[in-house]
Amino acid sequence: MITGNFYTDSSLLILFLPLVAFVINIVFGKRLPRQGDWISIGAILTTLVLALSLFIGMLKDWNYKFSHEVIMPWIDMGAFKIELGFWVDNITIVMLLVVALISSMTHIFSLEYMKGDIRYNRYYAYLGLFTFSMNGIVLANNLMSLYIFWELVGVSSYLLIGHWFEKPSAANASKKAFLTNRVGDIGFFIGIMLMFTAIGSFNFQELFYGVSQGAIKGGLLTFAGLGLFMGAVGKSSQFPLHIWLPDAMEGPTPVSALMHAATMVAAGVYLTVRLFPIFSPDALLVIAYVGGFTAFFAATIAITQNDIKKVLAYSTVSQLGYMILAVGVGNYTAAFFHLLTHAMFKACLFYGSGSVIHAMHHSLHDLHDHDTDPQDMRNMGGFHKKMPITSTTMTIATLAIAGVPLFSGFLSKDAILAGTLYFVEYHPQHIVLAFFGFGAAAITAFYMFRLIFLTFHGQPKMSKVFQGIHESPLVMTSPLMILAALSTYIFYTLPINLIPWKDYGWFTKLIKAKDSYVPGSPTAKEIYDGVHHMHDLALTLSLAVATVGISLSFFMYYKSNISPELWSKRLGPLYNLSLNKYYFDELYDRFLYRPFLKLCNIVSYIDWELYDKYFINGFGHITKFLSKVTGQVDYDGLDQTIVDGVGQSARGLGKGLKTIQTGRLQNYMLFALIGVIIILIVQYSVIL
Amino acid sequence: MDSLANYLLISAILFSLGLFGVVTRRNGVAVLMSVELILNAANVNFLAFARFGGMNISGHVYALFVIVLAAAEAAVALAIIINIFNNFRTINIDDVSELRQ
Repeated sequence: MITGNFYTDSSLLILFLPLVAFVINIVFGKRLPRQGDWISIGAILTTLVLALSLFIGMLKDWNYKFSHEVIMPWIDMGAFKIELGFWVDNITIVMLLVVALISSMTHIFSLEYMKGDIRYNRYYAYLGLFTFSMNGIVLANNLMSLYIFWELVGVSSYLLIGHWFEKPSAANASKKAFLTNRVGDIGFFIGIMLMFTAIGSFNFQELFYGVSQGAIKGGLLTFAGLGLFMGAVGKSSQFPLHIWLPDAMEGPTPVSALMHAATMVAAGVYLTVRLFPIFSPDALLVIAYVGGFTAFFAATIAITQNDIKKVLAYSTVSQLGYMILAVGVGNYTAAFFHLLTHAMFKACLFYGSGSVIHAMHHSLHDLHDHDTDPQDMRNMGGFHKKMPITSTTMTIATLAIAGVPLFSGFLSKDAILAGTLYFVEYHPQHIVLAFFGFGAAAITAFYMFRLIFLTFHGQPKMSKVFQGIHESPLVMTSPLMILAALSTYIFYTLPINLIPWKDYGWFTKLIKAKDSYVPGSPTAKEIYDGVHHMHDLALTLSLAVATVGISLSFFMYYKSNISPELWSKRLGPLYNLSLNKYYFDELYDRFLYRPFLKLCNIVSYIDWELYDKYFINGFGHITKFLSKVTGQVDYDGLDQTIVDGVGQSARGLGKGLKTIQTGRLQNYMLFALIGVIIILIVQYSVIL
Repeated sequence: MDSLANYLLISAILFSLGLFGVVTRRNGVAVLMSVELILNAANVNFLAFARFGGMNISGHVYALFVIVLAAAEAAVALAIIINIFNNFRTINIDDVSELRQ
């Protein structure tokens, strides 16, 4: 049995160690030996150990109701109170472990990948800040501190995406990510404030209680829930705010891995998982549609992308859509399960792509070729012989993401699809959600194997470059191997289940869904039974669609029985639509940015040319004129007559009275006598 | 004859003479003597009130105080007049008009 104090201390350490590393590195990093990377790595490995010990403690306790909350007052102004604190339960512990693990892998991987970078110490410092912010979100027990860390995540992602800010594309991508997130954050903030106004607290438990008591209900609750969800739409890159994520690939590849697996985009899903019990059924329906549509739509874009990182980026958007879909249909523990498994295999895929790009980069560098894109899959092929570890680990991760049995993705994806089928069973009018889910699953299997076949198999497209390709050093491949191992099913079903197609294990036993606090929602038990009922159907169907996707990919890109070129011509308009990402950037440019810029120009014209020139300057002129007039009045009128007049009259009076002052005491006495007599006469006459 | 009004009348005459002397005399010593007259007018008043007005013994006591005070005043005033003479070579108070502007 572990005491509460242990949880408090470890959580605080996990939260603040990366921050300490950040502060040390940002201030002294340049002067330290090795630019201070060992400080960051030491800090993150310590948090990993702490997170592991928390995790092992959780397994030992085996208590799915475990919850530990610490509250500290922060701002106390009578009725208005803000409390900081953290709330540790099983979800928190698992998430902390994911963040610490992926962050540690990123730190280690970057040792080689970022070697010799001009801002090496800053890079490590920002990694620490990123981890700190994400841990803050994970530990938050109230919306206010969650919002603070939420913004911190936004800032640190901005700093890391724009790490190579000399490149205009990287600078723009970081701005785009930040601004797109702000759009979501406005909704998030509105949601927070609605909740606070209705319930009077930011604390999750009090929010849950308030919702269950009906302090906020009906349309307002839906609206507040959608506001909160908007934050998740921004951070987790859901349609229509998905545009920032593919651009964010401009950042260093390990950062992409960290961002896509554990920190940034996971924050949105984590938020919806945390707040699931207060989403009203209407809000959940919207969430399900947004998630389902994103899953399908992003997958269709990923098919045609040629940049290896872009494929992975759209695959992340699609997988996040899956998680959001799972929250929407009510099976939110499946969303969290997928978040967990996805973190492992997606990080593995990103490190793998980083390893490939690193090798390409070095090979091109040796050839003095600076024009060939090292990320374009059309320049790769046959790398399996040169980079067996990268190839194998990436293939394992791909099997996981495609939902092949024996791998982790199969379990979580299956749970999500079963949840979707359950939802469709009770709401047949929303059958399109199931099509989104299974369609995305088939397409995911297809494009992920396309990536593998194009990169690692077939004939090398550029033989000279191919000659120079080497396997990456152990610093880079060890994270790959660890994460590939974690992509197998066994780590999620231990210690009670070894059958690869049954999903129960420590996860399902320790992370149990809560009942929704919104009156009239189905209970967790109903959802669980419904999902369970659909499990076999979902399993069969998902296996079928994965097989279709994989075999199509196999025949197109491995055996080349079906020509991709021919089909892309046959499906010309669709192909172009997908290749150009449905022209979303162009659409936004045409219908949002440009009109907005125009509006800004008009406003600026009104402000500068009209308001400033006529109104402000006019005021200036009027003031100048008025002050001239008052100056005249003041000087000629007041100063000359009244002020000087007072002096003049005093002087005249003094002149007159001076004559009385003879200096003869007897005269004075006489005056006094006369005065006394006058007083006596006056008094006497008054008495009479 | 023996009534308060008569004594007060005498006292008033004495006071008026003293006041007249203070205002009109040019000689410093004469002014001083006139002041003595005023003080004695007050003394007559005290005694008259002691006799007729119910002031009783305290009237006598006040009179004695006034006499003592007059002696002290005379001593100080004569010293001043000597100093005036030393500085101005005159005791005509019309010439001692340093107070005027």
